[in-house]
Amino acid sequence: MATFHFDLTELPRETEALRVDVREFLRESLGDRAPQRRAPSWSGFDRAFSRRVGARGWIGMTWPKRYGGHERTFLERYIVLEEMLAAGAPVGAHWIADRQSGPLLLRFGTEAQRERFLPAVTRGELAFAIGMSEPDSGSDLASIRTRAVRADGGYVVNGTKVWTSGAHLADYAIALFRTAVVPDKKHEGLSQFLVDLKTPGVTIRPIIDLAGEHHFNEVVFQDAFVPEDMRVGGEGDGWKQVTTELAFERSGPERYLSSFALVTELLREVARRPTDRGLAAVGRLVAHLATLRQMSLSVAGMLQASANPNLEAALVKDVGTGFEQEIPEIVHALLDLEPTIDTGTELQQTLGYLVQRAPSFSLRGGTREVLRGIIARGLGLR
Amino acid sequence: MTTELRTLLGDTVTRLFTDLCTKELIESAEKGAWPEKLWRALEEGGLTLPLLSEARGGAGGVWRDAHVVVRAAGRHAAPVPLAETIVASGLLAGAGLDVPLGPLTLAPVHRDERLTLARVSGAWRMRGTASRVPWGGAAGHVVIVADADGRTMVALAAREAARVIPDRNLALEPRDTLVFDDAPVLAAAPAAAGIGAGAVTLHGALVRAAQMAGALDSLLEQSVRYATERRQFGRPIGNFQAIQHQLAVLAGHAAAASIAAERAFAAAEAGDPTFEVAVAKVRAGEAAGIAAAIAHQVHGAIGFTYEHSLHFATRRLWSWRAEFGSESYWAEELGRRVTSRGADRLWPDLTAR
Repeated sequence: MATFHFDLTELPRETEALRVDVREFLRESLGDRAPQRRAPSWSGFDRAFSRRVGARGWIGMTWPKRYGGHERTFLERYIVLEEMLAAGAPVGAHWIADRQSGPLLLRFGTEAQRERFLPAVTRGELAFAIGMSEPDSGSDLASIRTRAVRADGGYVVNGTKVWTSGAHLADYAIALFRTAVVPDKKHEGLSQFLVDLKTPGVTIRPIIDLAGEHHFNEVVFQDAFVPEDMRVGGEGDGWKQVTTELAFERSGPERYLSSFALVTELLREVARRPTDRGLAAVGRLVAHLATLRQMSLSVAGMLQASANPNLEAALVKDVGTGFEQEIPEIVHALLDLEPTIDTGTELQQTLGYLVQRAPSFSLRGGTREVLRGIIARGLGLR
Repeated sequence: MTTELRTLLGDTVTRLFTDLCTKELIESAEKGAWPEKLWRALEEGGLTLPLLSEARGGAGGVWRDAHVVVRAAGRHAAPVPLAETIVASGLLAGAGLDVPLGPLTLAPVHRDERLTLARVSGAWRMRGTASRVPWGGAAGHVVIVADADGRTMVALAAREAARVIPDRNLALEPRDTLVFDDAPVLAAAPAAAGIGAGAVTLHGALVRAAQMAGALDSLLEQSVRYATERRQFGRPIGNFQAIQHQLAVLAGHAAAASIAAERAFAAAEAGDPTFEVAVAKVRAGEAAGIAAAIAHQVHGAIGFTYEHSLHFATRRLWSWRAEFGSESYWAEELGRRVTSRGADRLWPDLTAR
């Protein structure tokens, strides 16, 4: 039986100065921003903020210097990520590129692609979206049907992507298309492409979420031309690459810190009027939080050691999203409080925001069911 | 000890338990027999005193070495007070006292019980009652944390000094009441700096968290094995998503408990581990309840029999989660700490540790 092992990872003492720098930067940038405005965290999109983060050298931190990176460790990067998330910083304009699009290009992209895209990403000037799901393909990602057909100098793309977060704001998407139909072998014939979202034939339409917010989009391709040199990796290698990309996507601390603003506000309220029940509930949350942080740090340690943390990342995400989703429940169990949108206390508004966001935590980046399937495979059950 | 040596230590202790800690041995211990052969092997292997310096007859190790041994003892349901001996020897050594050979236990284990140490015509005498003492009747010596003249003392008494009223926990491990009636004390000294009346609860919770992490590993391994072997509807039950997803949940809890416990041992090495111990005891305790339920559900009726070995782990988890402070006790302790610091200190405090 394969077992999951999370090695204890200690942050080196010399990284403390970096944490101090990040905190100082966040204090200056965010000021006394209200918790309900911090709650969106990595859904918040602010190009000016991302450019400032880039200027500090905190995007593409582990990448080679020749591509604008900073050749710092995964543990240093981890510190920057967790500080940004805990502060609820609007990191959305660089988050996807830093987390997965950039690493994907480093791993599978051509030299020209790396030179063209990565330096701009590290400056916080180039935002990426992810083109994976389609109307008939969600968890069964390999069943996608958007076709990229060979044409002179490149490919002509037809089809539709959905749930494309931030496509209306981003510059590029890395999308998975079908370049060949291999009967009964849906994992074959897939390829990844860099798509300029301003390409003629690409139409981006909003999909409004249940809270009335515009994060998602439908991205329709109608005879959209993608040049040959924008293919990432070999034709037909898309499945192997996209699973690697998903592992990058799942490896970070954003999978347990989404509701952190609510933890802080709940703690503030319990501290104001402590009861045994309230103290025990908050204590339990802190126990989970501290443990998830150690697990997440351990995944960063694996990345630093060039180990493959696919399984461990899936496990942390499964445990972490369960924790995030439980927090609004605990608030309801403890406090006689209505969640609100426009009025009420900061706690009420933060609750109102997260109650409505929480269902997405165990959907985005692979549903809970998909993750548990991955974990079960790791246990030797599949 | 280096990481490599620690891995070696883990291999050694796993081999020893695999060879000696058999189903038959655990069953006979549950009937009240003292597993002398197992204890002697542990002692001869230098595994009972990992925290003691070599000069004191120990292995010259640190808490993280102790973690390897204690976790393995939990993993194999070893029916001996190994964890208790390790904690007790650490308390003795910290107070500058010699550590006797043989199994040790700790008293009092309950936060609201106190034993009194008083000088009677020049000699220390112990008075009071301590309940639920692990292996109280089987240990060779009892290590007592007591107050005397307003300071915390560590005292060593022979087990014979106390009257023993036998009792046990759900796993049929001895949890005896010891009555000291002006009983003689072999040695006593002021406790090491930072060791207060809560030291037994704290270190007891620390070792129970690691034992639980070990037992959770055993649950996961037994459940996964059973799910691949047991066939229903023409295929292994592990082929069903309903079972796969339950085992994935179990794996998550086992992994969380494991790293929380290990982290607490690392913290004990660095200073006051109260925060990390509280985290570990809460997290492992919650994992224990959920994981035991899943393991039994996956095993079906056979896992509910005495004949099957699953209950060696589950009955221990059900008892251990409540020993040395339950989840509610430690969660409140944590809650008090973080609320007294204030909401805005939560993140800085969490990342400073």
